Order: sequence, then C-alpha cells, then structure tokens
Amino acid sequence: MRFRLPEKVVERSLLLVAMSSVAILLLITVFIFREGGPLLVQVGLGNFFSGAWDPQHDQYGIALMVVGSFAVTSGALLIGVPFGIACAIVLAEMAPPRARSILKPAIEVLAGIPSVVYGFMGIVVLLPMIRTHIGGPGASALAGSIILGIMVLPTVIGISVDALQAVPRSYREASLALGATQWQTIRRVVLPAARSGIVAAVILGMGRAVGETMAVIMVAGNSVQMPHSPLDSVRTLTANIALEMGYAAGDHRAALFATGIVLFVIIMILNTLANLARGRLKKRSVVVVTLAATAADLVKPRAKPEEQ
Amino acid sequence: MLPRMRTRSLCTFLLLAAIATLATACNRNQAGGETAVTLAGSTSVQPFAEHWAETYMGQNPGITINVQGGGSTAGVKAALAGAADVGMCSRELKPDEAAKLKKIVVARDGLTIVVHPSNAVADLTVEQVRSIFAGRIKNWSEVGGADHKMTVVTRENGSGARGAFEELVMNKESIASSALVQDSQGAVRQMVSADAGALGYVSHGVVDASVKPLKIGGVAPTEATLTAGTYPLIRPFLFISKGEPAGAAKAFIDWILSPAGQALAVKEGLIAVQK
Amino acid sequence: MSAAARRRLITPRQSQFCARVILWAMMAATLAVLVFIVLFVVKRGLAHVSWEFLTGAPSLSGKAGGVLPMIVGTLAVTALGVALATPLGVGTAIYLTEYTREGRITKIIRFGAECLAGVPSIIFGLFGFVFFVLVLGFGWSILAGGLTLAFMILPTVIRTSEEAIKSVPPSYREVALSLGASKWESIVKVVLPSAMPGILTGVILGVGRSISETAAVIFTSGSSLSKVIPTSLFDGTRTLAVHFYQLAREGISADKAYATATVLVLAILIINVTAYAIMSRFMKRYR
Repeated sequence: MRFRLPEKVVERSLLLVAMSSVAILLLITVFIFREGGPLLVQVGLGNFFSGAWDPQHDQYGIALMVVGSFAVTSGALLIGVPFGIACAIVLAEMAPPRARSILKPAIEVLAGIPSVVYGFMGIVVLLPMIRTHIGGPGASALAGSIILGIMVLPTVIGISVDALQAVPRSYREASLALGATQWQTIRRVVLPAARSGIVAAVILGMGRAVGETMAVIMVAGNSVQMPHSPLDSVRTLTANIALEMGYAAGDHRAALFATGIVLFVIIMILNTLANLARGRLKKRSVVVVTLAATAADLVKPRAKPEEQ
Repeated sequence: MLPRMRTRSLCTFLLLAAIATLATACNRNQAGGETAVTLAGSTSVQPFAEHWAETYMGQNPGITINVQGGGSTAGVKAALAGAADVGMCSRELKPDEAAKLKKIVVARDGLTIVVHPSNAVADLTVEQVRSIFAGRIKNWSEVGGADHKMTVVTRENGSGARGAFEELVMNKESIASSALVQDSQGAVRQMVSADAGALGYVSHGVVDASVKPLKIGGVAPTEATLTAGTYPLIRPFLFISKGEPAGAAKAFIDWILSPAGQALAVKEGLIAVQK
Repeated sequence: MSAAARRRLITPRQSQFCARVILWAMMAATLAVLVFIVLFVVKRGLAHVSWEFLTGAPSLSGKAGGVLPMIVGTLAVTALGVALATPLGVGTAIYLTEYTREGRITKIIRFGAECLAGVPSIIFGLFGFVFFVLVLGFGWSILAGGLTLAFMILPTVIRTSEEAIKSVPPSYREVALSLGASKWESIVKVVLPSAMPGILTGVILGVGRSISETAAVIFTSGSSLSKVIPTSLFDGTRTLAVHFYQLAREGISADKAYATATVLVLAILIINVTAYAIMSRFMKRYR
C-alpha cells in the first residue's frame, strides 16, 4: 500500500493557506494602524479631518485632501461609468462572439498599462490640451478626472460584464417573446436585473479611482487648496502620501500613515458595499420581482404603438 | 500523461525558484568583502552624486557607490540613523541637525527662477518673487509683463529646493496654497516650459533651452555671478555624516573636492567650492 | 407634449438603432484611447529601443545607456512575487472549490480576497515599507518588493484559479475517485492538470500587474539607479516602471523615457495576449 496523505491533514493545511489573504489583510491593517494610529489619537479625529495641512508647523489636517480625492473620484466616475457600462453592454449583449474575442482582451490591456504611462500621457497630451482649449494651468482636478476615468474603465467594464452575463438567458427570451426590441430588453429587463452587479462595478471603480496614486500625482497639480472649479489643482490622499513620504519623519510620517488609514478605511467601506451589492445579485427572488415589474411596465405602453 | 508532466514541471520550476531564492539569499554574506558606500537624500543632489559616483567607480573598480533619493530631510535622517554612510542635503542644516552631524559642502548651486521662454519679463527682485509665491501678485502685468495669469509651481514639503527657497526668498512667509506642487526639478521645468504663465525654481544645473532663467535684482544667474557670489539665491549642496567620514566614503568625498571632481560639478552647472 | 406622444415620435426600432449607434460609438472611443496610447508611446519610443538599450547599463542618470539592470530587477521582483503568490493562490482556490461548502469560512476568505484586491497599491507600498523594509530589516530590496507584490497579486491568482478549477467537469473527479484515488490525488493528478491553463492565465496576469506596478515597489525596492545587475535578494533595484517614472519626472531624457515606456507597453501587450490566448483555448475545451 502506498503512503497517502491523510485527507484531514490536507484539508487543514489548505485551510491554513486559504486564510493567507485574510491574514495578509489583517497584517496590513495592524501595521498601517500601528504607524498612523497614535497620531490620529494625538491630533484627534476631528482635527485630522478638518484642520489645515502644514507639516512645517506641525499641523496635520487632511480635509483638503479628502475634498481633492472626492473631486477627482467623482469626476472620474462621471466619465468612466457611462463609458464603462456602454462597453459592458456592447460586450455582453451586442457584440458577435468574434468581435468580443478581440474587444475583451483589448480592454484588459487597458487595465495592464502602467499607471505611470497614463500619467505621462496626461502630461504630454492632456495638460496642453486643457491649457490651450479650456484654460488654467492644465494640471487640475479635471485632468485627474479624465485620466482616472480611463483608468477605472476596465474595472467597471469587467464587473458589469459579469453582472450582465449572470442574468439568465430566459429573461431575455421572455422579453423578446413579448415583442420587445433588443434595446428595450436590455434597458427594461437585463439592466434592471443586473442592477446590483453594476452598482458593485461602480463602487469598485470608485475604489480604484480613490486608490490610484502615480497618475494623479503627475496630472492633478497637487496644490493643497479648496478647488473652486474643475480647472483648479487639487491634491488627493494618495498623492499626499507619495509626495511627502520620502521626506517625512516623526509626526509628519505618522500623519502620512494616518492618511493611509483614512484611505484604507474608505476602501474597506467601498469593498463591503460592493460585496453587499453583489451578494444581493445572487438572491434571484429580487431579480424576479424586478423582472415581473418591468415586464408589466413593458407591455403597457407598448400596446398603443403596436396597434398602429 | 501529458497533463501530469505539466504539473511535475511546474513543481520542478517552483522548487528551482525556491533553491535559487535561498542561494541568492546566502550570497549576501559573501558580498561583505567588497567596498560599498551608500548615499541617500536630496533629489537635487542625486543626479550630480550619481554622476560623480559613475566617474569615480569607473576609475576605481571594486568600489560600489549606491545613490538613493528620498529628499534632504530623509538624507539627514539616514545619516543620523546610519542607514546611509553619507546623507545628501541641499539646504542649510537646522541647528539641531547641525549639532549632531558633520557636514561638508561639496558644491554650491544657484537656485534659478525660471519662466516660459515667451515671457517678456526678464528681471524680478527678491521681494517680487516673494510676493508672487505668497500669492499677492497674481498677474504678469503687475510686474511689467503681459496680461497673463501666473501659474506658480513649487516643490513639495521637505525637499531641499523648497527649504532653500523658503530660507532665501520667503522670509518666513508661506507659499500660497494655490501653487502647483511638483515632486522633482524635472517636473517643475516641464510644467514651466509648457505653460506661458508659469514660473518656478530649479537648480542652475537643470536649466535648459525649454525655460528662461530670470535675473534677480539685475543679476543673471551665470557661472561668473554664481562663483563671485553676487547672485543672491545660492544654496549649498551638503554631504553629511555622523562623525568624520572614513575609508571608502572619505576617499570618495576627497575625490569630489579635488579639482577633477569639482570640474565635473562645474560642467553640470554647479559652482565649485573654494578650498 | 405628453410622454405617450413623445413615445410615438420615436419607434422602438428607431430607439434601438440610436442606442446601438451610441453604445458602439462609446466602445469605439474607449478602444481609440487604448490604440492612441499604445501608438503614441511606441511610435516615439521604438526607434530608441535597440539591442544595446535592452542589454546595456544606464549611465548619466539614465540619459544614456540601457536598462538591463532594471529589466533584471523587474523580472526578479516579479518572479519572487509570482513564486510566492501561486502556491498560496492555488491552495486557496483548491480549498474553496474542492474542500468546503459555501459557508461562513468561505465567506470570510472570499471577502478577504476581494478586499485585498481592492487595496490600493500605495497602501501595499506603505505596508511593505514598514513591515519588510523596516520591521523585518530587509532594507530596500528585491526581497521586500517581491513579497509586497506577492501580496498584491494574490487575489488575482485566487480568482482565476478558482474559476479554472470550477470549470473542470465533475465527471473527471468522479472517474479518478472511482479508480481508487484519494481526493487529494484526484486533485493533484486530474483536476489541477486540467485546470492548469486557467491557473497559468491568472499567474500571467499577475506578472503583468507586477511589471506595471510603481507605487508599491518604489517604497519597497527603492529607486537607486544601479549600473550593475542585482545579484542578491537583498540588493535594492529600480524596476522598469520606476525607472520610467524617474526619467519622465526628472526630464532626464525624453528618448530614453519613451523607449522604456515602449518596452513596458509592449511587454504588457504580449503578456495580456498570451494570457487571453491560453484562456480562450482552455475555455473552448470545456464548452
């Protein structure tokens, strides 16, 4: 008889391996909090979120960076979400298989291009364009939004496509059988059914935008100021960390880690929200109810034009 | 059978990778015999230090000189903590830093105010520069130029260039928060060269045709005015160490201070230190 | 005008047509951005990519010379990252798919992996800097960078491996088990080999992510410009992406910057196409 690994041992060791990602997450949490936590306590959460940023005078407040991140991220979503969902619809619903087999890897390449290259493209192409055609110094929240808007596309597209493909084929068939066109089916049946997955896609895209660093440093201008227009330069949380980390020591460094804590907490909240949204996708009952409602909605107004 | 071989080859690959990892890890101990000097700090000094290091290593095989960036403040910390043999700093040391460290001026640098080549303004006083960076002057017409909004470009907190600029120009005033912040001299130059209304400050050594250097109080930053010390914005490039530098580090610094090392600095646009 | 009246102006067919045109146009615009970036970089850089550039050492801060030490450094951190993330990721995937039913533990593991996937690279950089560089005392090194990258690409490997293992038909396992194999044997000898192309895809994508990473490695492997090829895991290194960042930021040399970017972009292109080709062949087999 050959020696066999006892299945229990295998299972236990695999469980250990499987917990590695959770362990890593905990490790990251512990160390980021260890470095930045004491300063948060010392400065006080209220001050940290409202005060001014002036490390030379020991003032550590990240309010303006939170505003900066928010401005750039919302701008990025404004650009990235419509395009992302449009591409996802084309990929999942409209493109013939052969076209899809070219389009999908192309989108993935978009995800693979280094963020420094995006930033560089921003500097040499986008900033001069903004400067000459719109005005301002070029390096601005707008520039950051556009670059990030492109960078979140693969995230938004990938997860939206998954969500759309998870909608059972029978839903589409039912809708088409009722006489709906393909677009009506997509708009009234498929999209509502995939809604929670698409919401998750948007949330994760948001996480991507909030967390991006190098490209934003290169195009957003990094001024610590309250932006009054999209053409004003802003500094994001991530840019703040990367810009000053090299120089920082003592409280200043701790403050940058505290900035990291804030970023980390934001990301965790977004991840949890996305997880919740995606979890809902699996509860078919909700989808079925939406479907029933939209199908009813679909039949009513369509009755008249069809009679003519 | 084929799939089975694939798994096996994957396992072999992973095993080999692990062995290679261990083998190289052991290498570290053997590397102790070779002479290595680590420099860390100011990104302003870094390119010049890299240049020195490259030439010096070319002449002295067997000596490795690592040049890390990080910034002036990081250079001070690294020297204090012993993380680097030599720290690089591009501003004067603060009193508490100076008390604990040995400093050597390896070169001097003229902090040059640069604008877009198309800018008609050619000369500013230190006070005007201060007002511009403090945000009191916002349009080029206020200093005799065209009616064009100014774009002020500064460096990030902690950089030696910013430290020196604040010390030499700002007179304890703060730089306006609306100023764009760039994290390297090249980035400042790039920003200024692309924006007709921009101005920023960079080392004299990195000024090129893409930007126009301004006269300060009538004095142009040239080799002559910098060497004579008549140009007002001059900062030291410091090498700092905890205690007297010794061994390979000392030999390297001695070479930098020698005519050959200083000539290299001058060629790159720095000012030689007189002995 | 009432809603009903407006509805009559545009027939469903017309709105279908409009939607199609708009959606495809948006898709085309997205692709155009991609093509533009790739062409823009490659057009300016390809002429400066030569054999000497790929195999030479940099000089004058990168103004002249080549990028061999950076290529080696990039490969080293990437290989280390992949060598660590692959067993962890595949192990996790096996556990999730073969050894347990969906329950609290899988939920926790999945949530952990998903969160890890969302953690921005700068946070990985900060963490790696504190944990590997300072606490464990690795210094700015290939080791610190590789470990950080391993953590970063782990979720990608888990997800693709899980999908690959799931797509192996249950009948394969049943046959193996009926021939007297233990569960573990059936996994190692039947399931994993069948899922190998899918797993490989995940690994290749991890390689791509590692190569293009900047923020996480600049804090862990350092940015020291080295003329010599790193020989030890404790050597610091400047990866290609970091080198590009320095070239572009410091304005050292536009030609070299474009050439470095070209190498990066082409590498990413090749990696993605390879991964996709393997994946699509794999998926076809089980369809």
